[in-house]
Amino acid sequence: MIGYIDKIREVALKLLNEEKVDMVIGYRQGSLPMMTEPCFVKRPEDVETLIWDSNCRINLAAYLMDRKEKIGIIAKGCDSRNIINHLVENKIKREQLVIIGAPCKGMIDNKAIALQFGQDIDEYQETEDQITVKGGGTEKTFQKVDVLQENCAICNHRNPVVYDELAGDLVEEQTDIDRYEDIRKIEAMDIDEKWNFFEDMLSTCIRCYACRNACPLCYCPTCFVDESKPQWVGKSNDPNDTRTFHFLRAFHCAGRCTDCGACERACPMDIPVRLFTKKLGKDCLDLYGWEAGLDPEQRPPLDTFKPDDPNVGMK
Amino acid sequence: MEYMGIDRDRLHFSWVSSAEASKFITVVKEVTASVKALGPATKFVKDRRQVS
Repeated sequence: MIGYIDKIREVALKLLNEEKVDMVIGYRQGSLPMMTEPCFVKRPEDVETLIWDSNCRINLAAYLMDRKEKIGIIAKGCDSRNIINHLVENKIKREQLVIIGAPCKGMIDNKAIALQFGQDIDEYQETEDQITVKGGGTEKTFQKVDVLQENCAICNHRNPVVYDELAGDLVEEQTDIDRYEDIRKIEAMDIDEKWNFFEDMLSTCIRCYACRNACPLCYCPTCFVDESKPQWVGKSNDPNDTRTFHFLRAFHCAGRCTDCGACERACPMDIPVRLFTKKLGKDCLDLYGWEAGLDPEQRPPLDTFKPDDPNVGMK
Repeated sequence: MEYMGIDRDRLHFSWVSSAEASKFITVVKEVTASVKALGPATKFVKDRRQVS
């Protein structure tokens, strides 16, 4: 996977030189090791700033909404599914896009590595299977499979679903994974246990809305939490309001969430917010056989009616 | 809502046409009976001083 960068730069250079796109959205090195930031390359001479490694965890689809120019974009499996979401929701046109697919073997959890390493990390290197970090006079090597982000470890769509160019060969999809073990554990709790579980989980939430801001699905011009006429939800960090925010946000993402993990990565308090969106993902799969972002021609289950739709909880 | 820890009997959904008066009565009776059986809500409740 690490070798994709030559191909990515080559394609980006070609697209810009031939003026097929006005810019290429990709990743460049961030200010710290193991951090990348999104970048918009508009001039052919700047393609060298593009990088690719196991830290390209940001979902670039979040930068496409309502763009007017022609765009080249690097897309992992999850990014490509979010691009399809945008196509379905008319946030961008397919003709505007040249999608550079990056078959993905998972991004690594930099917070987990920093925690296990216990020192400031000054240097980072990776091979196909191993991650090596250096700092404070020591170094440590991790197996990549042990430090994957949780959503990458249980990912079942590693290959881009839609693409025009490929940065490398398609990878094998994971088939023997249990995506919803954690959700089933919560579902099996009794009603008070559930309540207390989420009460405890959300007790540290500071309502910074980083999860919403990072999410490629959350593009409403005015979010329901920011409305004041009417005010749908209290703005303090009262536990009831915090809970309302998180559950309502999850409902807004029902049938749309691709489990890219942007929300959870953005959370400064390390709240596992994917437990909300994943539950609705599971319900969509169980009830409608639906996974988001796989087919631009198909309407999502929540905006279609079928006579045989399941009547959950209806009298 | 059940996933969140709200009792299933507190939340009811029904589709009642304006021509289905008897169904409406049945549903309302069922809803009030099941909510009464649970007693006052303790979850998702704000103190009145907090909201006024």
